[in-house]
This record gives sequence, C-alpha cells and structure tokens, in this order.
Amino acid sequence: MQTLWVGTRKGLFAVRQAQGGWRIGKPRFPGEPVSQLLVNPYDGACYAALRLGHFGVKLWKSMDGGNEWKEVAAPAFPAKPADGPWKDDPTPWTVDQVWALEASPDDRLWAGCLPAGLFTSRDGGASWQLVESLWNRPERKEWFGGGYDWAGIHSILVDPRAAAHVTVAISCGGVWQTRDGGASWTNTSAGMVADFMPPERREDPDIQDPHRIDQCAAHPDVLWCQHHGGIFRSADGGLKWSAIANPRPSGFGFAVAAHPTDPQRAWFVPAHSDGQRVASEGRMVVTQTKDGGGTFSMHAEGLPQQDAYHLVYRHALAASADGMTLAMGSTTGGLWASDDAGDTWQCLSRDLPPIAVLRLA
Amino acid sequence: MPTVEFAPALTRHVPCAPQAVEGATLRDALDNAFLAAPALKAYVLDEQGAVRKHVAIFVNARQIASRARLDVPLRQGDKVLVIQALTGG
Repeated sequence: MQTLWVGTRKGLFAVRQAQGGWRIGKPRFPGEPVSQLLVNPYDGACYAALRLGHFGVKLWKSMDGGNEWKEVAAPAFPAKPADGPWKDDPTPWTVDQVWALEASPDDRLWAGCLPAGLFTSRDGGASWQLVESLWNRPERKEWFGGGYDWAGIHSILVDPRAAAHVTVAISCGGVWQTRDGGASWTNTSAGMVADFMPPERREDPDIQDPHRIDQCAAHPDVLWCQHHGGIFRSADGGLKWSAIANPRPSGFGFAVAAHPTDPQRAWFVPAHSDGQRVASEGRMVVTQTKDGGGTFSMHAEGLPQQDAYHLVYRHALAASADGMTLAMGSTTGGLWASDDAGDTWQCLSRDLPPIAVLRLA
Repeated sequence: MPTVEFAPALTRHVPCAPQAVEGATLRDALDNAFLAAPALKAYVLDEQGAVRKHVAIFVNARQIASRARLDVPLRQGDKVLVIQALTGG
C-alpha cells in the first residue's frame, strides 16, 4: 500500500492507502510550513524541510517511515566574502527555503534552495556543503527571481544511469547540468524562449524560467519542462529543447510529471495564463500527452468542473514508479488521486492547508 | 553576569531555560547561552550571524538597534530577552 506524503503550509500529512480508499492522518509539524519532502528510495529515509517563518529553514529526518523524527543540519551558506567578485552580491547568502530535495544512488543528497544555492550532503543530512562551482558561476549575476525575490533551484534530476550526471532547473536561471558530480556545470537551455523578456534576451539561456522539469526514469535523455512560456521537451538530455505547439487548454502551468517508462507520455495541470493563475473557466483538468506532445487529452472526471479556482504548484503533482497512481494538491488545499494513470480522479480533501509538495512512496 | 532568556515561541522548538551567562557583549552572552542549547542558535541567527528578520532581541526591555551589530556592551545583571516578532498568517 502506498503512502502519499503531503507537505503543506501548516504541516506534513501522511495519507495512507488502505482498503476502501485513502485516509488522511494527523499532521506532523502541525502549523509549520513544509516546503519540500524526500523519501530516499535507496535507504528509506524520509526528510521534511520546514520554512519556519521566524526561525529559518530546518530539516527533519525519519528512519522509520515517518513516526519518529529528529532535526538534522539544514543547508546553510558559508560566510559572505568581504572581497572578491561577490563582495557586493545583492543576493542574500541566507537560505530562505529548501525548494528541491533529491537522493542519488551514490549516497548523496542534493538540496536546491531559494536563493539559488545548490547543496550536497554525503552523510545523510548530518552536514551540507554549498556547490560553489555553480554558485560562483559569473552567469548567476543574470539570474533573477520568478515569483520570489531571488532566483531559486526547484528541480534536481539525478541520472539513474550515472549519479555524477545531475540536472538542475532554476527560476529564473535556466537548466544547468553537471557530468562530474558537481565539479563543473553547463547551461543546457537551448531552444527555450522567455517571451516576457526584451526581444534581444528571449533566448538567453541564463534567464529562462523553467517552472519545473522532470525526466523519464526509463529513458533519462527525455526531459519535460513546464516553462513560464509553455511546454518544452528534450529527447537528447537537454542539449536541445523543442517547444510543444498549442497545448490545450493552455501552455501555462507549474507542474509536470514525466511517465516513468514511456518517453512519449507526460502529465500537466494547466492554469489559465500567467495573468490568471487558476484553472481555465473554473474547470479543473489534468492533461496528458501520449505522443511526445503532439496531442493532448484532457481529463476532468472526478475533478471539480464548476467554480473551481485551484492552482497546482510545481511540486504538487506526483506519479508513482509504475505510472498508475497519480496525485495532485492545490494551493487552496484540494487533494486528488488517480489510480488509472490520470484518466479519472478522486477527491481526497478540499480542506487541507495550501499544498506545496507531494511525494508518493 | 547578564541573564539570557528565550521566549516560549523559541523554546517550544529547542528547550532552553533562562540562564545567567558570562559575556561582555551581547554576542558573547548569546554565544554562551547557546552552549546550553546549540540547536537554538540557527533559530535566532542566520548563517551570516545576523538576527533573523522575525526575531527581536531586547536588552533591559529596549530592542537592539541593529540585526547585524551584536557588539552591544553588557553589564552585570543586564537582562537579555529573545522573542518572536509578530508576523505571518
């Protein structure tokens, strides 16, 4: 039986699948904002990143499936340099939020943050090190915030074939990849277009706003991106991105889930537009392509179709490892699950706190 | 010695009783107070050593002037109180 972990503005909920449906448990960290979650597939450890409004970022870890938790180290920047190229850096060297958290098969953890520091831990979260090779890239001066005051790293993809190959996505700073475990980085955003920028900068790789990227686990060279300016797909590991033409009902949204085995399939939760970040016409739908973005089907059964103004944020659409169970949560506290690969949906709650992140394990 | 007390909004996260500590400056006194509850330091100060934006520190009921300058001299019997500022929703 699966567990759906739900990180919300007011606590962490474990929603357990049982005979007869899903059951929402009592919150852990009640009242506290949970910004990111991880269930490490390699050792079973659970991590919950809290963004305490007053007291900073905290990271908690459970080794028994979420019953007992203990606080571990949270990512933190080193002292800001008093001289050198970053002495006048306007970006604060203080972690505001853990925005991405992933494990790799070589016993490393990766944490992407707001501001856009990437951190790694080789001891299960007991300590974290800033990946200075990315933080010190001169292009960082071009990055800027998308929805937040500062640029942030929200997506981290570890190549299942080679743990040293890691792809991160930055709003707004483009998609970056390392093939040497973080020693060096290359911007791989070619083909993306930021249509809100001045014409001369629209294809600038360093200012792209990929809202979220995901990869096909069985075909890791296939990447999907829900970008601020539409949907993009790459079939060559991100070297070249292709815009998907006219996805219905819109190309705007935050969440994307790649099918784990079929490189032609992916799911999205579209919103009306940049200016109206709610479901189009008050009707909530999940869209799916089965042909690499050539066509999209819309799935509404079980989702509210009248006066429904939900937004599913970038980490709040999750797919199981077999691609059959999907779950999504909205920023107004709606939670839905599908057990038929997104064709039909069941409402689990409309009364939760704002949902930031879901994980199925 | 000065005394350092953390408000319940902080000690509900990391328990720490009011204590008398050595310290000629506020930073020294806080550092010594954190020895009793090391995890509390990251709740009060950010990684650059500044007081977090939504935390307030009072010395003898007067709020300190700067979040970054903690070299405030302390005297025997001064009372340091660290509270949660009121924000959020």
